Amino acid sequence: MRRSDLFLSAMGVGSVLLLLSALDAGVRARDAAADLAFRAGLVSALGLTDLALFTEARYTRHPSLADLASPFQDHPMALEHFPSGSIVPPRSPLR
Amino acid sequence: MIHFIQRQRYLMDYSLAAMARRPGKQAGLLAVYTAIVFLLASVMLYTQSLRREAALLLAGAPEIVLQRLIAGRQDLIPVDYVARIGRIRGVSRVRGRLWGYFYDPAVRANYTLIVPPDREIEPGTIEIGPGIARTRGLAPGDILGLRSARGEPTAFRVAALLPTESELVATDLMLVSERDFRAFFDFPAERFTDIVLSVRNPREVRNVARKLSLRLPDTRVVLREEILRTYDALFSWRQGLVFVLLAGAVLAFVIFAWDRASGLSGEERREIGILKAIGWETGDVLRMKLWEGAILSLSAFLLGYLAAYVHVFLLSAALFEPVLKGWAVLYPAFNPVPFVDGLQVATLFFFTVFPYMVATMVPVWRAAVMDPDAVMRS
Repeated sequence: MRRSDLFLSAMGVGSVLLLLSALDAGVRARDAAADLAFRAGLVSALGLTDLALFTEARYTRHPSLADLASPFQDHPMALEHFPSGSIVPPRSPLR
Repeated sequence: MIHFIQRQRYLMDYSLAAMARRPGKQAGLLAVYTAIVFLLASVMLYTQSLRREAALLLAGAPEIVLQRLIAGRQDLIPVDYVARIGRIRGVSRVRGRLWGYFYDPAVRANYTLIVPPDREIEPGTIEIGPGIARTRGLAPGDILGLRSARGEPTAFRVAALLPTESELVATDLMLVSERDFRAFFDFPAERFTDIVLSVRNPREVRNVARKLSLRLPDTRVVLREEILRTYDALFSWRQGLVFVLLAGAVLAFVIFAWDRASGLSGEERREIGILKAIGWETGDVLRMKLWEGAILSLSAFLLGYLAAYVHVFLLSAALFEPVLKGWAVLYPAFNPVPFVDGLQVATLFFFTVFPYMVATMVPVWRAAVMDPDAVMRS
């Protein structure tokens, strides 16, 4: 078997897997629709404003409601305490 | 056409044979390249999923949240503000919210306590999010003892656990009755945490916000639009989370491509010289090297992307967990919903495959246009 045949076969398999991943994404998204609707319902019912991704500080738990000065609450030049504080940008105001 | 395909197949055969002569180097290159594509694709898939999910979920967030500010800091809002808001045209509902944070020193975790507006919780009982249940090892019927704001031990019976499907929004939630909430935090009777408003016509929201700012100048208005923008910014590639994760990977890729573009090894130059000396044309040498770059970059893209897909959607993006978790004890255990954007995948393909191929072609072209004798001697 020629080397190019081997390579092209491997690329073919890879491309099929790529297509299958797209198919899998569609199936998973469809299966997750009920869970998503449940979460959306909970957000509406409880009036939630944020995702529970960063629970370590109140301004990262609820970045959309955070006081803009809260990361510097100890004094104006205070260093950031929490790791996630450095990856969660402050609330984005409307202009 | 058949002749062209045959010619490309021979060039591909030669390129693969040439790569097989340096298996260690090629395997190393493929591993580094695949790792970079894997990281870039993982960040892309993960943030795209969270971004879409945040937009879908937070579309149901309150249209307007009204907070009271005293000396630039958020304060509890008096109950009579609900009446002072009065009848602003377009506002269909106004209600005060009771919620707050509690730091549990036993597990060093922060809980978010909420009084649910849609139903009554029986006093003395709580409903808890899956993260709290996991961390404290609680099940329905168990008793959770916490120290109240007055320092008194308070026992709550766990009436129910919020379903695991709610992890992403409710992992740290503790639903309590209004009576328990006020007693536990020693919360003033005439105060709410904040006030939420529903507006019938979405186009009226900004007008209502303007009227609120005029009527209650000591308040801050947070619109749902701002909440959605906050999350859009959090998962956008220009800042925050994605930038931190992406910056390292992009830099690694630039160094990698630059290294390839900056020159050929002596062995590769000699090989080009010999090929030219035995009659290969410059175009053939370039095509052969183009195939070499294409074989490597296509393999790395397919391997890296597929590994990233498995990592993000089958293994819940386990490698990102330490970055997202920080010092937090409660972390939502969730599988991102795969919202794969074809255009993003195409962009990733373009920006990872083509720069590398072009970068490898520059030094090859420089060597291929030189006299074979000079190339072999250099």
